[in-house]
Amino acid sequence: MSEPTLVDQLKQKFGAAITGSNLENVDPWIEVAPESIVAVCKYLRDEPSLAFDYCNSVTAVDYLHTDEKKAAKSEWQPHLEVVYHLFSMQHKHSLVLKAMLTRWKDDEVGELPEIDSVAHVWRTADWHERECYDLFGIHFIGHPNLRRILCPEDWVGHPLRKDYEMPLEYHGIRGR
Amino acid sequence: MSTVDDPRTIEFDVRTDEMLVNMGPQHPSTHGVLRLVLRTDGEIVSEVTPHLGYLHRCAEKIGENLTPRQFIPYTDRMDYLAGMNMNLGWALAIEKLMKYEPPEKGRHLRVIISEMGRIASHLVGMGAYGLDLGTFSPFLYAFRERERILDLFEEVCGARLTYSYLTVGGATADLPPGWVEKCEAFLTQLEPIIVEYHTLLTTNSIFIKRTAGIGVMSAATAIDYGTSGPVLRGSGVDHDLRRDGEEIYTAMYDGYAFEVIVEKNGHYPKDHQYPAVPKEAILGDCWHRFYVRMLEVMQSIDLVRQAIDRYSTATGNYGEPMKLNQKLPKGEVYLETEAPRGQMGFYIVSNGEAIPWRARARSSSFCNLSVTSELCRDCLIADVPAIVGSLDIVMGEIDR
Repeated sequence: MSEPTLVDQLKQKFGAAITGSNLENVDPWIEVAPESIVAVCKYLRDEPSLAFDYCNSVTAVDYLHTDEKKAAKSEWQPHLEVVYHLFSMQHKHSLVLKAMLTRWKDDEVGELPEIDSVAHVWRTADWHERECYDLFGIHFIGHPNLRRILCPEDWVGHPLRKDYEMPLEYHGIRGR
Repeated sequence: MSTVDDPRTIEFDVRTDEMLVNMGPQHPSTHGVLRLVLRTDGEIVSEVTPHLGYLHRCAEKIGENLTPRQFIPYTDRMDYLAGMNMNLGWALAIEKLMKYEPPEKGRHLRVIISEMGRIASHLVGMGAYGLDLGTFSPFLYAFRERERILDLFEEVCGARLTYSYLTVGGATADLPPGWVEKCEAFLTQLEPIIVEYHTLLTTNSIFIKRTAGIGVMSAATAIDYGTSGPVLRGSGVDHDLRRDGEEIYTAMYDGYAFEVIVEKNGHYPKDHQYPAVPKEAILGDCWHRFYVRMLEVMQSIDLVRQAIDRYSTATGNYGEPMKLNQKLPKGEVYLETEAPRGQMGFYIVSNGEAIPWRARARSSSFCNLSVTSELCRDCLIADVPAIVGSLDIVMGEIDR
């Protein structure tokens, strides 16, 4: 499988849903529109020539400079990326998918951004999406059990966001 | 429901409602601070819900605030039974980003160390599994041998658990003089002892009764849940990153003779040397997962020997550790390596500074544990420790 042909193949099949790609990076990636992520994932899994039956990881990256000087010089606008690492047991090839989200839904601070869950495409994604929800505050629509997984259920905030501030106190335990 | 007014009825009254039983987080058979909530109907478990996070130490957040060399000690504390293999995974991921190739001698040194780590880890896995099933002696035997590996590691880097030995660029030091001979002498002693262990557990009829046919996982389920390592291979999936991984990792094992330990056409590689698979065992059950681990120990012994031969004849340096505050190239990489418990992956995003923008650890045990609820459906309460134990999880790696 070569990445450029796969990008063309996906573009032909999904058109505007494939919003971009970076083939120069060490691990090339393909960008997918958030609303089409499930359709693309299902296709990648079920198409026999691709057969991405194994999901290595689902994770996210928060792009935000908390330092104003750095933010002014930054090449990107603040956003969140959901990153999917896929692998095919049959063909032994791998793929990286990305979906871009705004940091908050409709830019309203506190409203979690949303993307469709792929937990029913690969069961691995179930816990990985829970972790993403817990640490990044991304709402996965259609997830069977979207609860915090690493932090306690009553924890406030999403620790891996760049603007996260550690609480000063939790149930009488002093922070910092 | 009867009332206690008439004591004669109590004895014959069998409670048939469901009951929630809490197992852990301090239950010895859960391998650390894992809490399982069992929904039981009498002796039958209808549902298992794992609760994790008791050992969460924000490793990924810390990774965003430290340079790669500084983060190495934190990788030790992920899978603390295989610290060397965690160091290696992180080091290789950074090296992939930097497009760095360690010298030949350093590669063979890494094979020696990481395969020794695998032996030590599988020995604990074996001993602790015996403990889960109620036999104490295999645990003592396993720790006796593991102790010798820790002695060897101590001689190499001064630490017995959190090594920080393998590092980005190579290793922190070369093997001390005379170490290789000691290592070889140890392997010669270990080989017949493993045969002894097979009589302790593998062929023990009580052990077979407790594990064979219990917790059967099909290959499709194993792949769907993203399991890896001996758990995946125990279900008959022919996949090992040492052979199928990315080039930067498989280059380490270039030219080594080894076969992936997986059942093919009813046979494991070289299985005539080991006890036969009992007829009660079904591919994908607890017994097979255990057996794969035991065979991998023998395979690792062989790999260490091959590596020692190559290391002794290799010329040049063992590698140059990267500078503590060296800037990373821009870009992002993901790399998985075959740690003893499965595929340990690191995802690094760098924006060109010395500190990564994002450091993600994909834990093998995390995925391996997620299959528990599926395997424990409608099993007996006594089988829950047998199933969880056969996955050989380490909570440090799951919670990170």
